Amino acid sequence: MSRTHITCTVNGDPVDFLASDGTSLLDALRDELGLTGAKEGCGTGDCGACSVLIDGRLNCSCLVFAPEAEGTEIVTVEGIADDDRLHPLQQTFLEGAALQCGICTPGVLIAAKALLDANPDPTETEIRYALAGNLCRCTGYDKIVRSVQEAAVQLKGAAR
Amino acid sequence: MRYTSPTTVDEARSLLAEHPGSRVFAGATDLVPQMRSGRPAPPVLVDLKKIAQLMSVTHENGQWTIGAATPTANLTRNHDFTAMFPGLSEAMGLIGSDQIQNRSSLGGNLANASPAADSVPAMIANGVQAVIATADGTRTVPVAEIVTGPGRTSLADGEFIVEFTLADTPADTSDAYLRMIPRTEMDIAIVGSAVRLTVSDNIITDATVVLGAVAPTAVTVPDAGAALIGAAINAGQIDDSALNTLADAASAACDPIDDKRGTVAYRRRVAGVLTRRAAATAVERAQNGA
Repeated sequence: MSRTHITCTVNGDPVDFLASDGTSLLDALRDELGLTGAKEGCGTGDCGACSVLIDGRLNCSCLVFAPEAEGTEIVTVEGIADDDRLHPLQQTFLEGAALQCGICTPGVLIAAKALLDANPDPTETEIRYALAGNLCRCTGYDKIVRSVQEAAVQLKGAAR
Repeated sequence: MRYTSPTTVDEARSLLAEHPGSRVFAGATDLVPQMRSGRPAPPVLVDLKKIAQLMSVTHENGQWTIGAATPTANLTRNHDFTAMFPGLSEAMGLIGSDQIQNRSSLGGNLANASPAADSVPAMIANGVQAVIATADGTRTVPVAEIVTGPGRTSLADGEFIVEFTLADTPADTSDAYLRMIPRTEMDIAIVGSAVRLTVSDNIITDATVVLGAVAPTAVTVPDAGAALIGAAINAGQIDDSALNTLADAASAACDPIDDKRGTVAYRRRVAGVLTRRAAATAVERAQNGA
């Protein structure tokens, strides 16, 4: 199996790595770049635990072949904090106890960030639809939704 | 397995000719699960997303041209497209999550040839044509002629879908798509029903009904369309006897499978119910100029 040299931007930093052509972007992020935030839940695009932003768009990185990442800008959960200050979503998830085992959390945070980037003032229904591709088997979704609502309020306050 | 990303249709055509058994893909939202479930990996993957023609959406002189690999999210977020084809747009908006819709494409949904593909009945109802790259040129065929059975298409080895074309709908014409799934979201249709119709002076003057997930391929139901044609609309409501004939025709056209998602009897019954509701929504949209 041939290995391809891939150059892209991950969390603002230029990176390059080698990956077999059939490798998923998820495996490349985890195994080649050591970014283990994104998780493999299902490997088939159903659970959203591997969610990342590619050129600003929400994607399941398990469905993306690593060579497709050439020239793209990728954001993973490792890239959403501002140095040692957590992203408001991360802070509200902590304060709102919106996680138990944490496997789904990196993907949920990325999906929630994609939502708030596009729609700073979502309704509860819009939040639930936007997170419908992210499965959580521990907490149920109410605490997650409430934490996203709280983060939206904080982000709007900060933008003023 | 080798990954390739041609930038022209010609380049893709050559790759497919040189490497028999290779696979084109756009979002890989069906390809990856199939490979993960044990289907053999193709020797060469041909990523179609670097070909600009396959990723563009244009609207000129009353005709839409949609690149076959364009993410469906680009269409569902396109207000002009969604206003013109609300049923086709809602069909695409039902396929998976935002993550999936940022990758999934009309070309992939069609070529994957699932009987339950949501966009396919809505494309057929709207008379969408598929432009196919052949070994030495292109051919254009109605979407209804692509899928021949579950996982099977009329595409020859080396052929792939380049783009889709569809004409603007007149102001008195609209469409709707409804599907039934056992869950509320993120599932595969057990029945899908697309209706496109025209209302003139409170009479339905044209109607097409296409069902999904109730037969090996999406099926156009001429008897169901005929049941609507000539039906009177009173205060926005379709004549009840026409609706009953419509529902019976839709149910009668079903040749469904019996599985964990739904029984044969249930799918038949639901096909009639959904088609009634889709027709009512299409009438409302046609009368309101949507």
